[in-house]
Amino acid sequence: MRDIKTKLVILLGVVLSIVVLYGFLYLEHEWEIGLLLVALPVAILVLKRTNMLSDYQQAARAMPKLTLSSFIVGVLVLIILLRDEHFALLMLTTVMLYVTVSLGLTIQFGFAGLVNFAAIAFFGIGAYSMAVLNHHFNALPDLLIILFSGLASAFLGALLILPILRTRGHYAALITIAFGILLRTFLEVNDVFGGPQGLKVDGLEILGWNFSNSFPSLLGGGSFYMAYAITALLLAAVAYLFTRLIEASWFGLNMDSVRLDEVASASFGINAPRWKITAFMLGNFFAGLAGAIYAAMSGFIAPASFNFADSLLLVSIVLLGGIGNAVAVIPAALLIVVLPEKFQVIQEYRLLLFGIVVILILRFRPSGLMPRGLRQYFPGSST
Amino acid sequence: MKPTVLKTVDLTVSFGGLKALNGLDFELFEGQFLGLIGPNGSGKTTFFNALTGIYRPASGNVFLHGKEITGASPNKVYDYGITRTFQRLRLATSLSVLDNLIIGNQRNLNFGLWRNIFDRKYFKAELKKQTERAENLLSRFSRDLAALLFKPVASLSMIDRRRVEVCRALISDPKILLLDEPSAGMTPDETRALIDELQDWRAQHPSLGIILIEHEMELINKVSDTCVVLNYGEKIAEGRYADVSNKPSVRAAYLGED
Repeated sequence: MRDIKTKLVILLGVVLSIVVLYGFLYLEHEWEIGLLLVALPVAILVLKRTNMLSDYQQAARAMPKLTLSSFIVGVLVLIILLRDEHFALLMLTTVMLYVTVSLGLTIQFGFAGLVNFAAIAFFGIGAYSMAVLNHHFNALPDLLIILFSGLASAFLGALLILPILRTRGHYAALITIAFGILLRTFLEVNDVFGGPQGLKVDGLEILGWNFSNSFPSLLGGGSFYMAYAITALLLAAVAYLFTRLIEASWFGLNMDSVRLDEVASASFGINAPRWKITAFMLGNFFAGLAGAIYAAMSGFIAPASFNFADSLLLVSIVLLGGIGNAVAVIPAALLIVVLPEKFQVIQEYRLLLFGIVVILILRFRPSGLMPRGLRQYFPGSST
Repeated sequence: MKPTVLKTVDLTVSFGGLKALNGLDFELFEGQFLGLIGPNGSGKTTFFNALTGIYRPASGNVFLHGKEITGASPNKVYDYGITRTFQRLRLATSLSVLDNLIIGNQRNLNFGLWRNIFDRKYFKAELKKQTERAENLLSRFSRDLAALLFKPVASLSMIDRRRVEVCRALISDPKILLLDEPSAGMTPDETRALIDELQDWRAQHPSLGIILIEHEMELINKVSDTCVVLNYGEKIAEGRYADVSNKPSVRAAYLGED
């Protein structure tokens, strides 16, 4: 009986979120979005007051697998609903790719405490790997190329391991900033990578299905973005699951310990460099995978697509959501990616506004909109 | 005569020109409860940090069971069975008590990727084992402590945090326990309670060697078998508390008498 109630609560939560998400992506007029943005916090407040929010949170904690799979199905339905809306699908796909990168940052920053201000550089390495590999090794299956792009990002990132292990806090952050700038300059002056003009990227082709054509009419037809949206959804879901499993294992425990107190960790046999390297490479791997799909989707990449400002955006997604909370990056990425597209005003003053948001968050809610809770290894294991 | 567990010979730690520890000869027997006392800045915590690999000694040697371990890294020292607490608590306060204890039990954890991430059945069994061990330890160490197992450390009172920190050091069954001023920040009653629990623990684990840094002389008198007194990084006295505390040099170091 309680089981059925839990399941119903989860389904209700998922349906509600998908409806809101649909409105958020589909509506175009500024006043409509504005109304939604006013209604949303009020609705959340009401749900909170009536304890429905905490009921949902408890239910999701009790049945994480059901929650995740319902959300995947929900977003699939959403993709089908939006099948003719190129722009909405593009935004949704971008959000899911950014969620993947933010999950990588969650592992790096939220778990192991490594500040990475070069997320977009690792995203870019993935994108360029995709462009180059897909062009020169056309015979390789594209799924393998995506995987290689992720690995390329992780292993090029390994160049930074030594300096990052030898520095702390701001200094480590500076190293990542420098890396981002170096990479961009490197791409701009190298003709092999197209220089400042960038590179053309072939679309994905998986099992003979070319993603750049419109969606097969056999499956209902629709924008070519549908195939990329589904791919990005799968990637984000796998990244989410993996991040969650890391958190709920000794890996996440040791990363947390290294972040919170390196001296105490060392005194209990924790090898801090090992966990920092693991977190750093894993996070960059996620960024590389997302970058590869992004490159294939946009069909063209240039150094200018991978700005330092975008790295800041990704860090602010993690800060806004809640440092170390894997779920929280999803609504945060939605807000930060979609809002500027909907409001021209925000688009112009994007960085200024995000700067203000980050300052407000750090001042008034330093653990983010959805603060991270205690570790739950398994549903019900902590009672 | 019980066998020597830990021994240092001419151990020196310097910071620039300052010798924080100057030629210390030190010995701990199996199961001995040794009090380490001395005025502020006399090198007590430096001694712990040099033993546990946080500082590297400038010269001298450290032996564990006759085997030289001078300059071993903190990780290695933990593997050798030496654990410690810190003067200023160093618990992971945003994590649960259970998480903190499991961190202390690194030695017995499996870090295979497969066993952690993919074979969740295996991991569930391992988690159960660790949870039981932690719960068992807490309830044996102090009444009512086990009820706090799933609470975040941040929600605990000072004395419970101290207890958890001691338990984190005990969970891996160390040979030597280093306690760095456990009474800091606690009331005398709380300190007494903690010390009683430590003595009970010791009665059940007679081979555990304990070195206790403490400013509360009454405590040292009550629990320690012998004392070592440090001043300016040098050992100025050694022996039973009653004898040591009457030495003129010790009184001078503490009270500034001529």
